[in-house]
Amino acid sequence: IFINNEWHESKSGKKFATYNPSTVEKICEVEEGDKPDVDKAVEAAQAAFQRGSPWRRMDALSRGQLLHQLADLMERDRTVLATLETMDTGKPFLHAFFIDLEGCIKTLRYFAGWADKIQGRTIPTDDNVVCFTRHEPVGVCGAITPWNFPLLMLVWKLAPALCCGNTVVVKPAEQTPLTALYLGSLIKEVGFPPGVVNIVTGFGPTVGAAISSHPQIDKIAFTGSTEVGKLVKEAASRSNLKRVTLELGGKNPCIVCADADLDLAVECAHQGVFFNQGQCCTAASRVFVEEQIYAEFVRRSVEYTKKRPVGDPFDARTEQGPQIDQKQFDKILDLIESGKKEGAKLECGGSAMEDRGLFIKPTVFSEVTDNMRIAKEEIFGPVQPILKFKNIEEVIKRANSTEYGLTAAVFTKNLDKALKLASALESGTVWINCYNAIYAQAPFGGFKMSGNGRELGEYALSEYTEVKTVTIKLDDKNH
Amino acid sequence: MSSSGVPDLPAPLANLKIQYTKIFINNEWHNSVSGKKFPVFNPATEEKLCEVEEGDMADVDKAVKAARQAFQIGSPWRTMDASERGRLLCRLADLIERDRLLLATLESMNAGKVFANSYLMDLGGCIKTLRYCAGWADKIQGRTIPIDGNFFTYTRHEPIGVCGQIIPWNFPLILVIWKIGPALSCGNTVILKPAEQTPLTALHVASLIKEAGFPPGVVNIVPGYGPTAGAAISSHMDIDKVAFTGSTEVGKMIKEAAGKSNLKRVALELGGKSPCIVFADADLDSAVESAHQGVFFHQGQICTAASRLFVEESIYDEFVRKSVERVKKYVLGNPLTPGVNHGPQIDKEQYDKILDLIESGKKEGAKLECGGGPWGNKGYFIQPTVFSNVTDEMRIAKEEIFGPVQQIMKFKSLDDVIKRANNTFYGLAAGIFTNDIDKALTVSSALQAGTVRVNCYGVGSAQIPFGGFKMSGNGREMGEYGLYEYTEVKTVTMKISQKNS
Repeated sequence: IFINNEWHESKSGKKFATYNPSTVEKICEVEEGDKPDVDKAVEAAQAAFQRGSPWRRMDALSRGQLLHQLADLMERDRTVLATLETMDTGKPFLHAFFIDLEGCIKTLRYFAGWADKIQGRTIPTDDNVVCFTRHEPVGVCGAITPWNFPLLMLVWKLAPALCCGNTVVVKPAEQTPLTALYLGSLIKEVGFPPGVVNIVTGFGPTVGAAISSHPQIDKIAFTGSTEVGKLVKEAASRSNLKRVTLELGGKNPCIVCADADLDLAVECAHQGVFFNQGQCCTAASRVFVEEQIYAEFVRRSVEYTKKRPVGDPFDARTEQGPQIDQKQFDKILDLIESGKKEGAKLECGGSAMEDRGLFIKPTVFSEVTDNMRIAKEEIFGPVQPILKFKNIEEVIKRANSTEYGLTAAVFTKNLDKALKLASALESGTVWINCYNAIYAQAPFGGFKMSGNGRELGEYALSEYTEVKTVTIKLDDKNH
Repeated sequence: MSSSGVPDLPAPLANLKIQYTKIFINNEWHNSVSGKKFPVFNPATEEKLCEVEEGDMADVDKAVKAARQAFQIGSPWRTMDASERGRLLCRLADLIERDRLLLATLESMNAGKVFANSYLMDLGGCIKTLRYCAGWADKIQGRTIPIDGNFFTYTRHEPIGVCGQIIPWNFPLILVIWKIGPALSCGNTVILKPAEQTPLTALHVASLIKEAGFPPGVVNIVPGYGPTAGAAISSHMDIDKVAFTGSTEVGKMIKEAAGKSNLKRVALELGGKSPCIVFADADLDSAVESAHQGVFFHQGQICTAASRLFVEESIYDEFVRKSVERVKKYVLGNPLTPGVNHGPQIDKEQYDKILDLIESGKKEGAKLECGGGPWGNKGYFIQPTVFSNVTDEMRIAKEEIFGPVQQIMKFKSLDDVIKRANNTFYGLAAGIFTNDIDKALTVSSALQAGTVRVNCYGVGSAQIPFGGFKMSGNGREMGEYGLYEYTEVKTVTMKISQKNS
């Protein structure tokens, strides 16, 4: 447990194990935090946030420099971090190295640049006053991060939080605590003042709940399931109305029009649903294909899927590793069974890999209809449901008829269709002729129950600042 | 390095070899087309440091061609990720940090700048400013805009194109950075003409531009004279914008030439006759020190020089006494020598002009409190000089001196001093010293100056816009505002079949 730039044992003395999902073997044991550890961390974070503290008095440009230096150290230790991430999550090593770590480094550098550009306004109000706003840090921010992109999702929170001058208490997912802890060592090495970043490893119902309800935490950022997101927001409201941002699940539509570049659409839809073993909030888990090209699209998608190499994440050829744990594994297989039972056509896959623990065969279902479970529930596994549509107005309605609203993708060459769909789809991100095009510069987040608020881009800054309006009365006698 | 990040002061680099004396175009070193060279001097010793290739119109033409090429749609520079542009600027900052000692020594030798200032302030400013500008590169955002009708409309904040930049001799290195930093951050290509007195640090930076990995043609540096290379830039038909820092007199000529040629966009940072107003309720010692630094820093060779000091009647005599005491602490000499805190003026022309204005002060009836003449046998040294009982009509109260001469004037009423402070064609900076919140806010709103400082004085910082009201300039440099000077807005409107909010 990382508090005040020091390593601590849990107050209870308990530890918990973290596993390698490829081998299903224990990697090591990690200190198991609970409420008393969270309390300690919050105390440290509060102290670091006091007026007059080194962190509060630091030039904004210097805060940015620290973030740049953290990026430099991540770059230095890129291989170690990617290896650790692969061991702990089961994601292919090359993905961890080239995608997760790349995203971390770029995101840190992007927000480093914002630190001294967080600007309030002077405002021409009525009356004889001088009025200006300060964009102050919110305070102590709790961050609860998931197991699908452990390090990247942590950086998505740390970077804007620190850039804006906040202090942080992090709970990484219990399945994948290792890269977060390594990051703690880099934070100390870079020279962030003690207490600015604190990491408490442990479980949701204990550490996570303690953070969500803590009366001295000013804001919480959570990435995870919609189900838990609701609990977090409830706890935040009930305790001290702490500010809440949520990045939750999705059942993201991928709309392929007849005039699309078919190979591009097939490839993007494929990667869109299978990437990271299907464990992406952005998974393209409802592929709507226009009638005229439906059969061909299914044929090409199946061909693609059959070639998808599943295996040891450290093998350079592997595109798909294991699912994260038994619980997820079971849930996915259950949904696959429901697809078969409810009448979808199983095109390929449809079961676990015979010889190994948590590996599932890449699975494609065609003839999927909107009321099937695989068309409504988030699967979070390597399962591609392909549905048919006739016209644009119909597919817009169907794409939007979900409580989710995270991302959507559209494949078409027609300008008007593209722009129409872009405005009609109820999603925080719309991709046109691409997929998973995520950049530090552009905001990301959900409509409806896929989340509250936005991460990344300039928009993230509003989530990590608290606006203070200052109004100074001028002496009427002088005017 | 201390914990605040400010480095300890090393000794100047001994045996500095001047490596770069040619014209820098397309990441290569060129001789001048004419074959001519010009001499560059050390103002403390009057000795020639070296000769530098003398650029003229033909060289400017070559540079423009290179810059235009580098700006073409599809070029490496135009197709580069904005974040990568930012990375290059960060790398340049790292290289300048690596060569900090060399650059500070060179700057002191060539510009007559006290070494501690070169190393700590000028170089510190360069590194911070580059990092600041680097951060903006991928944050230059247009808008999507809800216009009437069935349209999808957005703006692109595009680079302007080929930018000519002409800089002076008082802050040779840091002004290179103030100009290229925002220009490159926004994606422009640049032709920079350093002052003929002080080309050396700019040319060293050119070598670092190449080392950092900027594509050829993105930055070009053409040393030469104003009437030749400078004029060629101002009038060039294929330069899209000119940015000039220097005297108001030359600034007017540049704007004229820009209008006459191709209506290139113009940004000007010119002279000043900046007022400093000290109220009776001010912290007196602090005001004396700030006002002092404000006019004597870098031998008075700053555009923001606090060269009209208005002191409230009741504290006037005490203020003058303390100011004179303060001036006595100067040690004049070679700026590389430790302990020296006052160097030479840049050249004979400035030296003569300052001495002439000092004489006018004496003749027109100001009271010479100390200094008042030259110093030493060699180098353009002038004694730090204080005049009291200065009145508004005197030449020293109206004309920009650009030398180590402080004018202290008396005032009675707030409304009166505001009028007097504003009674000038200049409008660059101003200082206000008071503890009264109402006075601070009222006077800062009333002063016609681009930068107003309360209970402090000093030069700019990367995060905040800097520029002049009235004839002290057009436009702002630095801060987010500086970006507007280096972008051209394009509005794109696409017809769609039905718009929805």
